Amino acid sequence: MSSAKLVGESNPSLARGLRALLFRELKKWLKDPVMLVMLVLQPLIWMGLLGKALNIGALFSAHNVNLPQQIPIPGDAVLVPQGLQVVVLNGTKLSQFFAGLGPEIMQSAFGTTDYFSFMSVGMVSMIVVTTTMFSGMSIVWDRRLGFLDKVLSTPVPRAAIIFAKILNATLRALFQATVILALAYLLGLRLSSTFTPLNILGVCAAIFLMSVGLSSIFIAFSMRSTKMERPMQFVALITMPLMFASNTFFPIDLMPSWLQAVARANPLTYLTDAVRQLTILPTDFAALTWDFAYLIAFSTVFAVIGVLLSWRYLSL
Amino acid sequence: MRGDVIRAENLTKVFNRSVVAVDHVSFSVRDGEIFGFLGPNGAGKTTTINMLTTVLRPTEGCAWVMGFDVVKQAKEVRKVIGVVPQEYTADEDLTGYENVMLCADLYGVPRDVARKRALELLELVDLIDFKDKRVETYSGGMRRRLELACGLINRPKVLFLDEPTLGLDVHTRAAIWSYIKRLKEEYDMTIFMTTHYLEEADALCDRIAIIDRGKIVATGSPNELKSSLGGDIITVTIKEGVDVAEVIKGCENVKEVRYENGSYRIKAKDGEATAPIIIEALRERGYTVVKLSLTKPTLNEVFLEYTGRALRDAEESRESFIAHRITLMRARKR
Repeated sequence: MSSAKLVGESNPSLARGLRALLFRELKKWLKDPVMLVMLVLQPLIWMGLLGKALNIGALFSAHNVNLPQQIPIPGDAVLVPQGLQVVVLNGTKLSQFFAGLGPEIMQSAFGTTDYFSFMSVGMVSMIVVTTTMFSGMSIVWDRRLGFLDKVLSTPVPRAAIIFAKILNATLRALFQATVILALAYLLGLRLSSTFTPLNILGVCAAIFLMSVGLSSIFIAFSMRSTKMERPMQFVALITMPLMFASNTFFPIDLMPSWLQAVARANPLTYLTDAVRQLTILPTDFAALTWDFAYLIAFSTVFAVIGVLLSWRYLSL
Repeated sequence: MRGDVIRAENLTKVFNRSVVAVDHVSFSVRDGEIFGFLGPNGAGKTTTINMLTTVLRPTEGCAWVMGFDVVKQAKEVRKVIGVVPQEYTADEDLTGYENVMLCADLYGVPRDVARKRALELLELVDLIDFKDKRVETYSGGMRRRLELACGLINRPKVLFLDEPTLGLDVHTRAAIWSYIKRLKEEYDMTIFMTTHYLEEADALCDRIAIIDRGKIVATGSPNELKSSLGGDIITVTIKEGVDVAEVIKGCENVKEVRYENGSYRIKAKDGEATAPIIIEALRERGYTVVKLSLTKPTLNEVFLEYTGRALRDAEESRESFIAHRITLMRARKR
């Protein structure tokens, strides 16, 4: 064939294709500063309003348990041993006692006395989920606008197309989550005594695992949706239950048992717990190991399924 | 079959087991020619291109590009073809140069070669002054030219152009045509293109296949197709309100006479010579010719002849409709 020379000339490689496609996505992202600000602003508002408004810690303060100075207890309410003496409780002391209970209740339920710290870490998980899914959605546009077909007509390895999407989603999620975490720190997140800067790497690893698994499966499905609105509706539908049926905003142990079952299957629970263990809680290594084990399993299974589904769709 | 750059045999695509988009299409494209698929939207042109460019798997039939099977040797096919899709696929947030380099990366053109070639191509399509501007700021014509440059970065032996001037104004279209001709000469390629613009097929293509409802109804060079209609169209109006069809039919070379909207539509061979004969015959019988026109057949007549209707768009799916609107929107941008 006269084309022999030409065939030799193009030498498509996975690494180069992946790099090119990934850079395209990241450039698009970085060239839109308004979008960047919006993406940070949204969780910031959530965190600032919800985290500060739901001041659960304050529920148990002396201010809330405001008892009168003297509380006479009617005779028939208690056994009265001697005569007709009325037992009088010291309200002020009692208030102080209740107020002292507050931090203890917080500590045992949330693991920390500061609800804002608790929920802002939850926010990090949430941002991982939404960013991952929104980034994955770009494949729908690529398909609609003919870009995907164009890429498919080139000899670039199909894996490059899929991995570029997954990596794009993951890198964005990592970036957003880091920004949120930094902002939370500025807004008053209290780091635990066991925190070292090295823990940040652990946080990134956990986010990476979550994001890779989630984006793989989400991209595989988005790719197939003929309607642009579908993935959008799916995200809107799934985000809420995913967040609330987990330990993102509230400890699982206090949930009804059926919800506990759901929350314990929810990978978001493990991401959130892993990040909490590494930042605001004194690290419990057994729990942390279990979190990572779960995240690795989740990530592997979903990534494999997702990549295979995408692969099948993109192959001729 | 040697010398055929593209060959398709009974190429068929059925969507969802019921919608036959391309129906047992067979054709071959010779080395160095511009071969056009002419037909309305929804006739199966893009589907055919998608099969030939290894994006879609044919439901039935086979096709070869440069001797490579489009299914079994898809990878080889991809290396030797260039594709300029109907949509504007260049990334709006990247610059023209970045877009061409992105394509180079996808094809795996060696970096140093790619850099040189990207500039050369941008020069050829007159975008060199805008190479560092974001594509967002480009006009429809500029975007088309950029797509052409992207499609040529791997020096393809075969270039596929899907509706290369869709939505562009007449002026820009003519310009794009000259760019296509220039690029073809420069790079010595075979071009397979689709269009639903008759003038475009006429101006650019060496050979045309007319496709309608997934089937090829006629193939030939524009001139062959036109002359296959059997002659020119002469339209005559006379002053008198009498039927003179028989008189006209009696003239030499006249093949068919129809009375339409107050005038006679005559199909005749060698129109230039026949027209005076008709005028003479009518005058001899005392009729006055008030108007006469001579039309060489266009592809429009050809299309009408073979499909029984004017070239109009078929139904589109909602998805392709939206993609289409976006393409048109971008095309119209100045």
